[in-house]
Amino acid sequence: MAQPVQVTIPATGRKITVPTGLFINNEFVPSVDSKDTIETVNPATELVICSVAAASSADIDRAVAAARHAFNTTWGKNVTGFERSRLMNKLADLMERDAQALAELETLNNGKPVRVARDFDIGDSIQCIRYYAGWADKITGQTIEVDNKTKVAFTRHEPIGVCGQIIPWNYPINMWSWKVAPALAAGCTIVMKPSEVTPLTALKLSELFVEAGFPPGVLNTVPSLGSVGGAALASHLDVDKVAFTGSTLTGRKIMEAAARSNLKKVSLELGGKSPHIIFESADLEQAANWAALGILYNSGQDCTAGSRLFVQDTIYDRFTALLAEKARALKIGDGFGEDVSGGPVVSKAQYERVWSYIESGKAEGAKILNGGEKRQGKGFYVDPTIFTDVKPSMKIVREEIFGPVLAVAKFHTEEEAIALANDTTYGLGAGLHSNDANQCMRVSSALEAGTVWVNQYNMLNNNVPFGGKKQSGIGRELGSYGLEEYTSVKAVHWNFGEKLDWPF
Amino acid sequence: MPSTFTHEFNTPVYKGKSSFNTGLFIDGKFVDGQDGETIDVINPTNGKVITKVSAGTAKDVDIAVAAAQKAFDTVWGLNCAGAVRGKLLGKLADLMEEHADELAALEALDNGKTFGWAKNSDVVASVGCIRYYSGWADKHSGKVIETDENKLAYTRNEPIGVVGQIIPWNFPLMMLSWKLGPALATGCTIVLKPSEFTPLTALRMCELIQKAGFPPGVVNIVNGLGTTVGQAIAEHPKIEKVAFTGSTLVGRKIMEAAAKTNLKKVTLELGGKSPNIIFNDADLEQAVNWAVHGIFWNHGQACCAGSRIFVQEGIYQEFLTRFTEKAKSLKIGDPFEPDAYQGPQVSQTQYDRIMGYINSGKEQGAKLHLGGERHGNEGYFIKPTIFTDTKPNMKIVQEEIFGPVGVVIKFTDEDDIIRQANDTVYGLAAAVFTQNINQAIETAHRLHAGTVWINCANQLHPQIPFGGFKQSGIGRELGEYALANYSNVKAVHVNLGHKM
Repeated sequence: MAQPVQVTIPATGRKITVPTGLFINNEFVPSVDSKDTIETVNPATELVICSVAAASSADIDRAVAAARHAFNTTWGKNVTGFERSRLMNKLADLMERDAQALAELETLNNGKPVRVARDFDIGDSIQCIRYYAGWADKITGQTIEVDNKTKVAFTRHEPIGVCGQIIPWNYPINMWSWKVAPALAAGCTIVMKPSEVTPLTALKLSELFVEAGFPPGVLNTVPSLGSVGGAALASHLDVDKVAFTGSTLTGRKIMEAAARSNLKKVSLELGGKSPHIIFESADLEQAANWAALGILYNSGQDCTAGSRLFVQDTIYDRFTALLAEKARALKIGDGFGEDVSGGPVVSKAQYERVWSYIESGKAEGAKILNGGEKRQGKGFYVDPTIFTDVKPSMKIVREEIFGPVLAVAKFHTEEEAIALANDTTYGLGAGLHSNDANQCMRVSSALEAGTVWVNQYNMLNNNVPFGGKKQSGIGRELGSYGLEEYTSVKAVHWNFGEKLDWPF
Repeated sequence: MPSTFTHEFNTPVYKGKSSFNTGLFIDGKFVDGQDGETIDVINPTNGKVITKVSAGTAKDVDIAVAAAQKAFDTVWGLNCAGAVRGKLLGKLADLMEEHADELAALEALDNGKTFGWAKNSDVVASVGCIRYYSGWADKHSGKVIETDENKLAYTRNEPIGVVGQIIPWNFPLMMLSWKLGPALATGCTIVLKPSEFTPLTALRMCELIQKAGFPPGVVNIVNGLGTTVGQAIAEHPKIEKVAFTGSTLVGRKIMEAAAKTNLKKVTLELGGKSPNIIFNDADLEQAVNWAVHGIFWNHGQACCAGSRIFVQEGIYQEFLTRFTEKAKSLKIGDPFEPDAYQGPQVSQTQYDRIMGYINSGKEQGAKLHLGGERHGNEGYFIKPTIFTDTKPNMKIVQEEIFGPVGVVIKFTDEDDIIRQANDTVYGLAAAVFTQNINQAIETAHRLHAGTVWINCANQLHPQIPFGGFKQSGIGRELGEYALANYSNVKAVHVNLGHKM
């Protein structure tokens, strides 16, 4: 298993060759000791797309060795920031060239609408790569004043080394870019494990990596089960840092494995149960749009999904009516369809998970304002589902569902809203809508979340950092902060004037 | 209608055609000057006219400023996201790369530097600079500053607005890039005056700027004289900032004009008389090579030229012998000859100035050790020249010559040499050669210069700041530091609860 396969996009007839081997040292190769494969499925049709090689623990060793060799010879301190920038910009150019084809492959495997994949996922990804390409020759240390007569002290921000990166299936290309870009800019080499649910675009992007001219071993792509490849990376003695985006449950395992093995640096982007607060002074029409976006974008498969909605009692009836209208207005269907705003959820496992939460909501006594009924026919579809009259103790209020399922509750005072919003072990995102500027400031200050949106939701920028408080994660991605995760600070004390007396 | 200049290059090192408009580039269009004037562009290898280009006056500067202001208020400044500004700069760099050889050839034709230096040094550095700043465009963040819980205080780095830029003739394309890069990255719009001696690459760049997609009015290039266009920029009430690179003499006038009119912000990159200190324990062969580069690079027409070469007594004789040999071996010739190192000086004026200093050196009793005369019968060629046995108060030791004329001075006292090196009104750069790292660092820290090179000379990188102490200038170019030149810091205090 290493030969490329030809995948046909049913809607457009386009044929895309997809490499199916493991990408190590700029080549696609079979597993060194395993015949295991990963089957990829189209979530709109439930049909198999193709199979790719699954990396074993021995393959991970090979990939890490390749990354280490590259770090010691052609990358790391052996390449200038200027050159890293040049190569990254070339990669961005190639992604731009192939944006439509990549979008179609992404939709085939993940289900999201093609237009969204191309203009948002891939558009943002290209900008992310370019953004970090711009940082590559600007990573500066400091000179620090000590005793001017005897010593100079300065810092160097060195690349950490070989980085294991484990990414999820909800934004395959976008998450790939968020990880690859800062690591490359800082001079690190990478062993990337894409999600076993959506490995195809990561493999296709590896081809572009070669075309851009990166030396072998700088990026290695090893699709694999989390329990195999992910675990191997997290516990590998020659991996200097692991970056993981996924569930809080798995995040804990990664951190544990890191602690037990070589105390590798860990950054985590985990789950969320983000609160979205609508105050009475808000522009209700706009707030309803943002609230709907917050839970329905990407079929709710977003770590920052605004999945707990708190509406001030004075506007509750009006707002919930608006919201239901917004939910009904969206066309959910095959990602290749016309005017489709959302697709199916990504897999059978997710489909069953989300539906079990919906059943639990009904069972625990929440009321259904919209949705809650399964479709007939093929495709892992979950229609927008809105629960009202929820209680803080309900599972649908406490646990991350990761689907288009919203829990709506009422509040009276600002203090109450803040308390309800912060009543969670998560702390990834939060949103608030209000026309009272002081209120906006007070509430945004009080919310315990790594990203707070005021009169907006979901919209990120590559130069603004993103990450979680509390159990939503450790570290930040994006912005200059994202670079810090891939640099290691060395302080140099250079004596030029002090003689040491002995005995001292 | 402004004319198009077309030139067919048919040389051993470059064959190709270049064709571009010679008008003033204002609001995205090429136009004649309001007074219809032109300037002759002279080929310094033979004194002949290459072409005429449009010359502007104060009226044209007014029109350009209005166009730049309109662009700033509508399509540039903060109306255009940093990532987009960065993308356009990236595109410009791509286009410069595509036309690299053509730009190098135009530079050699206009300025007299060799095609080889223009191609491998000037154009490469220019492209690198634009690319470097394209990366900064969306990264110039302000700060959020803690006071107390009843206040949110933060700073914004806002683009200043319309900026005036005046560049010299010694590295025309590179100086253009050093100015365009940070100004465009931060969101400013520009009215730029190239040197009237070397306008060609700037004019060629106008079409590349258009092609890259910069909206009309964002970059305006107004050729003309310093006394007309330059003065108009320095005095303009609607230009909030002027950046000038050139002589200290003119720099003063710019700053005066700014003070007398609207107190516009001023940054200046001026002259130098940079010391090159070579200790006994230097790697002699290397020190000689760098010293040659230090004074003869670009025919000595570099603000940071290591023009006072201080050599410690123990190696003085050996250094002088080897340095002289190397200087003699530099091939002077037509810029398009394959192995030429040095072409003509840029103009008759410069030629006369340099020859004037050489004569003053002889008259004041310095020893003319090498050169000191014209090369050939045509054009402004001057042979690499070395003076020795000088006294500190001689003109050739005190004043900036800006030509291939080095002064070699023997020193004994390791402490006094620092005093000697600092004994100048200038403070642009300095170089130190020694194998003793302690001595190198200590010396570097005691020298009054904006750049100190240890065991190298004249090394520039877009990411490392460059600028002068004392009368060599105000402010820094290159690196992150240059962004500050084009930014206005605004502090915002948001009251969240303090009652009055």
